Amino acid sequence: MKVRSTQAIMECLLEQEVDTVFGYPGGTILNLYDELYNYKDKIHHILTAHEQGAAHAADGYARSTGKVGVCFATSGPGATNLTTGIATAYMDSSPVVFITCNVAEPLLGKDSFQEVDITGIAMPITKATYLVRDPATIPDVIRQAFAVAATGRPGPVLIDFLKNVTAPDQMIEYEFVHWRENRGCSSIRSLAHTHELKAPEPNSDDIDILVDMIGQAQKPLVICGGGVVRGRADKQFMEFARKLDAPVAITLMGGGGFPGSHELATGMIGMHGSRASNVAANQCDLLIAVGCRFSDRVALNPATFASQAKIVHIDIDRSEIDKNVLTDHHIVGNARHVLELLNQRLTQQEHAAWKDEILSLKRDTVVEECDQLTPKQVLETIRQLVPENSIVATDVGQHQMWSIQHFHFEYPGQLLTSGGFGTMGFGLGAAIGAKVGNPDKVVIHTTGDGCFRMNCHELCTVEHYDLPVITVIFNNGCLGMVRQWQNLIYNQRFSETTLDRGPDFVKLAEAYGLNGYRVTNRTEMEQALTAALASGKGCVIDAVIDTDDMVRPMVPGGAHITNFLLE
Amino acid sequence: MKQTISVLVENQAGVLNRITGLFSRRAFNIESLAVGPTDDPTISRITIIVDSGNNMVDQVEKQLNKLVDVIKVRTLEENNLIGRELMILKVNATNKTRQDIMTICSIYGAKVDDISPSSMTLELSDTPERLDTFQTMMRPFSILEVVRTGVIAVQKGSGKI
Repeated sequence: MKVRSTQAIMECLLEQEVDTVFGYPGGTILNLYDELYNYKDKIHHILTAHEQGAAHAADGYARSTGKVGVCFATSGPGATNLTTGIATAYMDSSPVVFITCNVAEPLLGKDSFQEVDITGIAMPITKATYLVRDPATIPDVIRQAFAVAATGRPGPVLIDFLKNVTAPDQMIEYEFVHWRENRGCSSIRSLAHTHELKAPEPNSDDIDILVDMIGQAQKPLVICGGGVVRGRADKQFMEFARKLDAPVAITLMGGGGFPGSHELATGMIGMHGSRASNVAANQCDLLIAVGCRFSDRVALNPATFASQAKIVHIDIDRSEIDKNVLTDHHIVGNARHVLELLNQRLTQQEHAAWKDEILSLKRDTVVEECDQLTPKQVLETIRQLVPENSIVATDVGQHQMWSIQHFHFEYPGQLLTSGGFGTMGFGLGAAIGAKVGNPDKVVIHTTGDGCFRMNCHELCTVEHYDLPVITVIFNNGCLGMVRQWQNLIYNQRFSETTLDRGPDFVKLAEAYGLNGYRVTNRTEMEQALTAALASGKGCVIDAVIDTDDMVRPMVPGGAHITNFLLE
Repeated sequence: MKQTISVLVENQAGVLNRITGLFSRRAFNIESLAVGPTDDPTISRITIIVDSGNNMVDQVEKQLNKLVDVIKVRTLEENNLIGRELMILKVNATNKTRQDIMTICSIYGAKVDDISPSSMTLELSDTPERLDTFQTMMRPFSILEVVRTGVIAVQKGSGKI
């Protein structure tokens, strides 16, 4: 069937069951938006204030729903505004397809208006990039892009269409093929050859070796990493942890992969990890890391990390094996599948003494009783008032660590946070994406005053689409995490981290047509949040906290994992 | 230690950029790199020499394998490969020195491609080590220009990538 090339693009999105797109139009992408006008009943477009917000929203949508996110932007500045969002998705293995349009073929390479080599720019921060110069290749490219984004270790992909490729007179041959019948993409050889569009098959002997190693271990520890979340392997992980009868440390990205409230959970591991998790990593004789990449925020010092243990790494990405930490054994495969095979072969273990040793180090959170509002009071109020299954999107810094330490995440996709890239300004966009993808869940966005200022213009998106996202600002009037380092390591030389400036966040919220509340004690916080939840509208709660509150515990970068600078 | 990595890639725009970009991003050093088509015009072969430890070569191989345009990656066994490089060398040559240059050329099996009243252009294909010594031998005559292609290599025997 002959169709317009732009029609083929829309149909290809429908093949992939895309019903929501985040984006921002512009000159070169006009043809695509013109076609979108015909498809507005089938493809819901969310117009953000800025392309970066759209990128984070598509990412947040992908992380919270497990589907592939889609984001549109125009050429030049539209495309470069996406890059922080693309890199954020890449570092946290989030599947997003970014679609940009570039100038027409005759203008390409001439430094034309709004021209940029976005496929070149995005190369190191995507799984693949495609520059589409021939309209006939559109269906193949889109199918391949989605397949690459969603399979193996997920990640972002960028497609750049030249404007002439999307011209209304470009007719191409197209047949609708549902993605389930077309994941192989046999028309494209590189995929057929190397990139098997399924997870690598775990080696059966490798599984047996691990079962033997477990049999010999007295003090095993499991780390729940982001792979458990991305692979939605939470049920299999739970069964494994129970059978292994061992403590479970959770990485930042692993939040939601294993219930934080479970008795075996020892909390976060690494720089701001709990004493129980970090001591367990140091004392264990077998460390099984599932879908975690031993980043410098987890392993801290790779030479001394888990030095008494045999390290076993389970990961879908072969290149992660022995990259940061040298391992004793590894299994390459999808977390869910590997854990299923392990669970079949593993008999019930018992490690009562070891469990006691580690789990006795767990400390219940004590919420201070004082007039001045504290971060824990804010978080505890949220925990008590919102439904248990609420989604939490964070920005980056102190409030991020506090939020993740305090909340217990129960399922994959409940926590949305920029772990690898540490993108300030991620949270509001991600919360918007999460709310669009999960309309029946409460979405809480925790942020700091520094982070919020970076992307607060997305409040207009919250208002326009009537998305009841509740933003809670931990307002300490400074760039808290950087100030904490200055406090502890730079002799209190607070260089450029004091944020004694506007805007008034309550008035800002009101200017966007949303409710704003300033709270300075726990009672006010409770009243504001109750009112916010009852209003069913987006709102901003400006929670004023002390400038010098710190994230505890803390191990400095590169130090030994139990070398706590702060307890 | 020098190691030779042979990579089959889709013959498409931007592939070389992707591969060299990966090397610089991951801080891997390329010692030499040669690209050319294979028997199948849709596939190119890239031969890369890296100078580094085993662990890094292992990482290079894994990272290359992740690129969508890469079809196959293989590190060749160093003591079991045929590696050749082509060099074109332009050297000062006068009536006095021309005969000496010719003698060295015949020892190495180098070919004379061009000759002028004041220079000679020589061509030699051999292992990189032999090219190095040939270059050393030519240095006293004053070298004007050297162009080398980078090594291409295959494994000995009937096996193929």
